[in-house]
This record gives sequence, structure tokens and C-alpha cells, in this order.
Amino acid sequence: MGELKLMKGNEAVAEAAIRAGADGYFGYPITPQSEIMEYLMTEKPYETTGMVVLQAESEVAAINMVYGGAACGRMVMTSSSSPGISLKMEGISYLAGAELPAVIVNVVRGGPGLGTIQPSQSDYFQATKGGGHGDYRMYVLAPASVQEMSDFVKIGFEMAFKYLNPVMILSDGAIGQMMEKVVLFDPIPRRTPEEIEKQCPWATTGKNANRKHNVITSLLLDSHEQEQHVFKLRDKYERMQKEDVKFEKIQCDDAEFLFVAYGSSARICQKAVDIARAQGIKVGLFRPITLFPFPSEELLKLSSQIKGILSVEMSLGQMIEDIKLAVECKIPVNHFGRTGGVIHSPGEVFEALKSTYLGG
Amino acid sequence: MTEEIIIAGFGGQGVLSMGKILAYSGIMQNQEVSWMPSYGPEMRGGTANVTVILSDEMISSPIVNEFDTAIILNQQSMDKFEKTVKPGGILVYDPNGITRHPTRKDITIYSIDATDEANRMGNVKIFNMIVLGGYLKIKPVILIENIIKGLEKSLPKRHHGLIPENKNGVMRGMEIVKQN
Repeated sequence: MGELKLMKGNEAVAEAAIRAGADGYFGYPITPQSEIMEYLMTEKPYETTGMVVLQAESEVAAINMVYGGAACGRMVMTSSSSPGISLKMEGISYLAGAELPAVIVNVVRGGPGLGTIQPSQSDYFQATKGGGHGDYRMYVLAPASVQEMSDFVKIGFEMAFKYLNPVMILSDGAIGQMMEKVVLFDPIPRRTPEEIEKQCPWATTGKNANRKHNVITSLLLDSHEQEQHVFKLRDKYERMQKEDVKFEKIQCDDAEFLFVAYGSSARICQKAVDIARAQGIKVGLFRPITLFPFPSEELLKLSSQIKGILSVEMSLGQMIEDIKLAVECKIPVNHFGRTGGVIHSPGEVFEALKSTYLGG
Repeated sequence: MTEEIIIAGFGGQGVLSMGKILAYSGIMQNQEVSWMPSYGPEMRGGTANVTVILSDEMISSPIVNEFDTAIILNQQSMDKFEKTVKPGGILVYDPNGITRHPTRKDITIYSIDATDEANRMGNVKIFNMIVLGGYLKIKPVILIENIIKGLEKSLPKRHHGLIPENKNGVMRGMEIVKQN
């Protein structure tokens, strides 16, 4: 069993990056995620594992440093919060186009624009439906605890290299700032240059006489070639849907109503489930852990026993669209959520369920 | 046992660190813990608060809207959080600087002159530990030896020399807290 610590979600991300054997972190400070780089700068992994930690001159620079590192087959990551992630979107699209592995952490705050520094979940569309331009998807993990902030960095890198695709960890200010117990996984040594060359034959690791030169680009001027390339990307996204969907079901077995929520909203809903169950109302919680690929199949299966779904998100309602598609609009799906940095309470969520489905 | 606590006051009073010591101490006692700070504009402008949950069971939501205990250290926090205490819960406050005292009848109210006491003891920095002691006297959710272990965990090593003084603060707080 690993080491037990009390940590902030942001600190857990940083510690996990070092332990996962990451080669580099490139970032630019923004609340509520600045502790990630602060922690890395305090821990100085460049003196121990050799991991690079660099404060770039901007978010745009940071994501392009990630592009450069990933092109060399290195395990690289960046983090930011909503406005900063918007700045990174061009680079993310290029990473997807060039099929490069990288982990991007978004500790979401309320928007649009500079918005507020308080927690929000209003970047769901951006994370799951594009954000950058072109036919691409990110593999999106939504942690609901400090433990998952740590674990998902490791899983994120695994997925990034499995699919050669950018992975986003979509967190929020609440999970980033709060402290909980976390069991840290045992450190994994950084890969040697030989191991990187073997694992990433596509990478620009330095050409030798035995192979052709590798080119990393997202530019394919011939449209037919570009179409074939996009089809290849599509096959990866379909494979994600088949092999790597993650979700959690809480008290769903006998549920008549369902909260569907991710991240900190899922934690709040878990308490709302307890409140409802204490009053004899059979409610369950379905928590998508991957937002892309969305656990549509499982939700559809579950929906046959459900009278109504409440999608609870700290936004005006974004994931609700995926829920409706998943259940093929066969049962009522409604939204509840505070937004703009306001966090709904378990009591509010419970009241919303009652007023939506139980006549108040 | 689940204890949901809000600690609220001015930045610099040691609100967040009091919460941190409670959380660390909870771990020493094999409890589940969560520590959810305010980090927003209010913190930058003066007031700070933190929600700490200690429990024998898995903690579902680290975000709650009503509390078993409110520890209140300034007037703004009194105005905001007196109403959030669950019926039957407790409110502990330092009357220093409080102009509108709590009035609820369905909760138990305690006061602790921690500001004055810290001055008397010649160390304003142990103010928060005096308050913590007062709270632990009323609700012994954490054993004192685990508080010391929590202090060891949450303080950087170079400050470990301050632990005896902090312990004195806790002990003194236990003596001077009183029910209104």
C-alpha cells in the first residue's frame, strides 16, 4: 500500500506527475490551480527524477512546449483553469491532429470570459465537444476526489500513450482546493531514452541510419489524405468507446430516480441520495468518470427502470445533452445546477429532485 | 460519528490552519476527513472560512450547507453562519469585536475570550489554538495526543519548537470556554 497523505487536489496532481515518471510540466499560473506548479517548484523533481518543471511566458507557450516534448515521445503535461485552457485550445487541436500524447489538467472556474475564480463545471462542452477546431476528441477524465486527482494523472498518461491523443483531466476549483486523504501510488521511474525510442518509434528522438526520418505534423494539404487521417482518428475514438469507458453507480440497483453528475457535483449528489433515501425516496447516482467516451450504453441499460433523471452540473446544463442522447429521450431528463461559481448544496439538489419529479 | 464544522473569521487569525490541524488530527485518529477552504475574493479582502468534516464513514459531500458546529471569529462570519448551524448544534465564538451577539435558542452557544487570553499569555499567534481547545472541551471529537500529532504533521519541522506553546493554548482554551 502506498503512502497516506492529507493533500489538496492540486498538490495531488503535482505529486502524481512526479510519481508517474513524467518528463516535463509546463504551465502558467492561474487561480484556482496555481498550487500545481507551486508544489512542483517546491519539490524540485528536476533535482531527483530529472523531470523538467517550467513556468512558461504564457499559456500558449506552455501548450506548445507540451507539443514539443510530446513530439519527442516524452511524458509531458500542462495545467490551467478555464480562461487559460481557452488559450491552449489551438495547441490541443494540433496535438490531436499530430496524434501526440499529453495530459492537460483543467481546474475549472466560472465563466465565460475571465469570470470568477470560484468552482464551476461550465467547460464540459469545451472539453468533450471540441474547444479547438477540427474533427477531434480528447479522452476526458472527471475526478471527484483528491484520490482521483492523483490516480487519474497516472491513468491519463496511460491513455494518452495508448491512443496517442491528448487527455484532459476535467476537475474544478472545489476538488483542486480541498484537502482529503490520499494514498499515493508508488513512484514509477522515468523511461530511459532507449525505452522511449522503443515505445515511441514515431517520435523525433534523433534519426539514425537504420530508419527513415519521423515527421510530426498536423498539416495534410491533400484533402483525401486528410480525410483518411480523420477516419483514423475516428477509429481511435470508437476504440475508446469500446475499451475505456469508466463510470460509477451508487445505490442504483433499486433506484426509481437518478442523479447523473460528475466531479464535485457527484459528491454533492451522493449526500443528496442519502437525504432522499432517509425519506424513503429511491434515488441513485450515476457518475460518468470518463466524459468522453461518455458511458451511454450503461446509462441506457439503467434507464429502463428509471422514471426520471436529474442532471446536476455547476452550469446551465451541458452534460444533459449527452444524457438525453444516451437514453434516447425515452425518459424525462431535467437539469439542475447553480453556475457562475456558486456551488449547489446537497439540500438544494434534493429539493430540486422533489420539485421536478415528486410534485414538490 | 460525523462532525461537520465551519470555522470562519478574518484572514490571519489562523482559521485555515486551525482547520488543517483538525483534519490532520482526524487522520491520526483513523477518521475520514475533508478540508474545504474559501479561497475566493472574500479571502483576498479579509474574511476566510473553512469547512472541516470528520467522520467514521466515507465522506460523501465535502460541501455542506449546514453544520453541527460553527466556530465564529468575527462579525461578518456571525452574520453569515449563525443561521447555518443545525438545530441542536453548537456555536462557539470569541466576543472580541462582536457587536451583534448570537440569538438562536435552538442551538447551544459558547463564548471564549481567546483574543484577550492570547494577549495575556503573551503570544497572539496561539489565539486559534485557544479557540480549538475551547471547541474540543465542548466536543471531544479528537484526543489531545492526536492534536499534538496533528500539529507535528501540519507544522513544518523548523516550527516544531512551538508545539509546547500551542499545546498550552489548547489546554488554556479548555479551561476558559463557557456556555452563554
